[in-house]
Amino acid sequence: MKELDKITNPFGDDKVIANCGLFGMMSTKGRRFSGQDAILAMANMHDRGNGLGGGFAAYGIYPEYADCYALHVMYESMTGKEQTEHFMRTTFDVVHNEEIPHRDPANSGVAPAPILWRYFVRVPKNVLKEISISRRGLDGGIKKESPRDGIRDDIDDIDDIGRIKEAIEDNREDIEDDYVVKQVMTINTGIADAYVFSSGKNMGVFKGVGYPEDIGNFFCLEEYNGYLWTAHGRFPTNTQAWWGGAHPFSLLDWTVVHNGEISSYGTNRAFLEMHGYYCCMHTDTEVIAYAVDLLARRHHLPMDIVAKVLAPPLWVSIDRMPEPERRLHTALRLTYPALLMNGPFTIIIARQGEMIGLRDRIQLRPLVAGIKDDMLYLSSEEAPIRVVCPDLDETWTVKGGEPIIGRLGGRVITGFEGFRGDSYEELPSTAVRGASGR
Amino acid sequence: MKSYLLPQFAVHRDDDRCIRCKVCVSQCSFGVHAYDDEDDEIRSNEGACVGCQRCATLCPTGALVIRRHPHEFRPNANWSEEMLLDVKRKAETGAVTITGMGNDKPHRVYWDHLLLNASQVTNPSIDPLREPMELRTFLGRKPDGLLFKDGRLITDIPPQVMIETPIIFSAMSYGAISYQAQLAFMQAAQELGTLCNTGEGGWPMDFRRFGRNVIVQCASGRFGVDPDYLNQAAIVEIKIGQGAKPGIGGHLPGEKVTAAVAATRMIPEGTDALSPAPQHDIYSIEDLSMLIYALKEATNYEKPISVKIAAVHNAAAIASGMVRAGADIIAIDGFRGGTGAAPRVIRDNVGIPIELALAAIDERLRREGIRNRASILVAGGFRNSADIIKAIALGADAVYIGTAALVAMGCTLCQQCNTGKCAWGITAQDPYIAKRLNPDIATRRLVNLVRAWTLEIKEMLGGMGINSIESLRGNRLHLRGIGLQEWELEVLGVKGAGQ
Ligand code: SF4
Ligand code: SF4
Repeated sequence: MKELDKITNPFGDDKVIANCGLFGMMSTKGRRFSGQDAILAMANMHDRGNGLGGGFAAYGIYPEYADCYALHVMYESMTGKEQTEHFMRTTFDVVHNEEIPHRDPANSGVAPAPILWRYFVRVPKNVLKEISISRRGLDGGIKKESPRDGIRDDIDDIDDIGRIKEAIEDNREDIEDDYVVKQVMTINTGIADAYVFSSGKNMGVFKGVGYPEDIGNFFCLEEYNGYLWTAHGRFPTNTQAWWGGAHPFSLLDWTVVHNGEISSYGTNRAFLEMHGYYCCMHTDTEVIAYAVDLLARRHHLPMDIVAKVLAPPLWVSIDRMPEPERRLHTALRLTYPALLMNGPFTIIIARQGEMIGLRDRIQLRPLVAGIKDDMLYLSSEEAPIRVVCPDLDETWTVKGGEPIIGRLGGRVITGFEGFRGDSYEELPSTAVRGASGR
Repeated sequence: MKSYLLPQFAVHRDDDRCIRCKVCVSQCSFGVHAYDDEDDEIRSNEGACVGCQRCATLCPTGALVIRRHPHEFRPNANWSEEMLLDVKRKAETGAVTITGMGNDKPHRVYWDHLLLNASQVTNPSIDPLREPMELRTFLGRKPDGLLFKDGRLITDIPPQVMIETPIIFSAMSYGAISYQAQLAFMQAAQELGTLCNTGEGGWPMDFRRFGRNVIVQCASGRFGVDPDYLNQAAIVEIKIGQGAKPGIGGHLPGEKVTAAVAATRMIPEGTDALSPAPQHDIYSIEDLSMLIYALKEATNYEKPISVKIAAVHNAAAIASGMVRAGADIIAIDGFRGGTGAAPRVIRDNVGIPIELALAAIDERLRREGIRNRASILVAGGFRNSADIIKAIALGADAVYIGTAALVAMGCTLCQQCNTGKCAWGITAQDPYIAKRLNPDIATRRLVNLVRAWTLEIKEMLGGMGINSIESLRGNRLHLRGIGLQEWELEVLGVKGAGQ
């Protein structure tokens, strides 16, 4: 098996340590715009990185292949490419493939680039039926069956075609997602010289070794139009320069950019491994991405609740909460203690239609938010926001443990709303900042 | 028969200092000191001295020094003095040698071969005097995940017991320890927001008011077990084994079964209290499951059920079975764990260190994907706060302390607990001796010890850049081994220092 962490973590450290500059911008109305502003903003934070990694994630950039998984792959050799393409032919319906357009690395100020290719793929219909997903129940008891286990049992029961079809339709997305995750992990850990660094629908990650503004320029990001961009400039403390080691880190359409060092890494990793996530990169960004995938996609927790798992309120605050809320936070902390991200961090997590900014609960890393009309900006510093948007409606320093969530549909949510689930209507006005029509 | 045993301790009395106050005479429960009226002199029968230091501690003029006896046999690496004496003792009595406390052999203490991490530059350490530092811990089965429906949490959370520090007082039964000592444990647990364990000897009625802070045991003798006993407690623990004497039952001689002990244990006064070696309704894992669910039924599924075993060779597999059998908490007692009385040969030769057992069990439960289904309590020789925090990093939820708590109350590890003569009044049943342990002072000492360790744990956590103990739990990356062999590092799941 290919040891990815040998590449990303050549010195065998517990985890790869990197501190960084972050930026994110989103039109909550879904207006698409080019990557130019994100590049400009990152250039303003040049000194937060050291030229050993920069990257961008962009959403809404592939409308013509919106229903395909867009796999961005980097190859160190032609053999790696051939083997991967052979593997893809047997596992996916490849709709289209091409080189990822880029400029000459030598003239762009970035490190020598690997072969960069992208594939737009679908999950073949016949594999859907054969998939048996192993998911863990959510009921907490060993005797009761969880609803999810029930579905898995349906699929195992191959006699009952009708029920299989129903089960597949109900869970189609989940099943496809799990399938894609599995294939991506297979390539990343099994095929030498190949690394899939982006695998979501209608989105893409562009990253490499160099300063972020140079990486953006190298990938011609000014030519893409997306409604949500996140970006990252990296300052690793060691590690050899490897294009795959840059941020954003991504799984399906989740992307994470992260500034910080998570001291709970060992606990987080052990828990995620128990849930079938193999942390092959040995970075704390990777554990955040997996944690979010587990909580939001597999356990279906609303995003603001996910934020409360990653950066929960202190017990002294929980003890003062009114009853239903106190119970909820207690349940979260005792069920997911191992997913508390301890130590300094700021993260910007994005997925289709959503951008979330979050700081650690004792505010050891910076995060500034800004709003202008339908635009939400998140950044390590205020200056880059001002560079791309000099006349902000509003800007503020985000509080530790309080997520800022931008959603398509013109809403920006600050703070915690999870107890009310997805009905965000009757909130006190202070807790909601409407990005439009206020 | 003339005894060939030489005295173990030498008693030196500085006659210039001795004021004939006779404190030593009244304090030595082993009858070493005697006052001779005629000569106005205190004489000492050294052969009876066990080295408990009670007399030396209380002598107002510091006239007494109790030392190892300087006699020497011809050196022999094979036949240590201890071996010689044990053979002689058996030759004189024809009996199993019984002793108290835990294994005192110089086996490797793995805690001393594990080093902790601290933050430098890339992440800040946290000052516990300025920032909150959370040690709150929940004991009990955790759900696999939470389900929400229409914005409401619909997952039932199994019963949990919350403790404010991951330090609990170990099982010590009334009968093995005195009434005063048990009262001190209950009061200290209440004040600290933690738990103490009644052991298997029942639970005196007037201690039931401490129920929220008490773990009761259901052991092979079933002493004192009735519905009220189970339902007044916070946690019910099924005791299968004990680190000091794995595979062995217990025997409280009839002389120690006073009226009060008899009432508490629900047995006739003056009869021997026998705990069979196995529980006679548990001959297999499914039997254990039945008892677990019987106790859950009896307590209306409102209490976590713990199962305690001694750390033995296949502890990981056994622990996994216990979790699958329905245990909400598994308690593992290592071979350094203390006891009121055990055959010395068992105490010193059976079982494995808690460090290795814990690492193996945590790893096994994770691999099987069931680590969240039970909390892990560990016991057996925790000597300081560093041992405790290392245990948490190896995967423990909380730690039972027994010996250390006794030491806080005065114990000097003289290993005479089985004799009932404990000069510190801790393991004595004789009311004259037992009353020298003042429960309120003992409570203060226990509270102080746990408070000090808790503060030290916070300091170490903060140094690692962690402000909540749950982020250290099972976080073996914060540990490094030193002076360990490859296989030991592998079992512990840690890298070597510098790696
Ligand atoms: S009180 Fe203890 S140390 Fe002193 S003589 Fe008696 S047994 Fe020895
Ligand atoms: S409890 Fe008493 S008898 Fe037992 S070792 Fe401690 S001091 Fe000695």
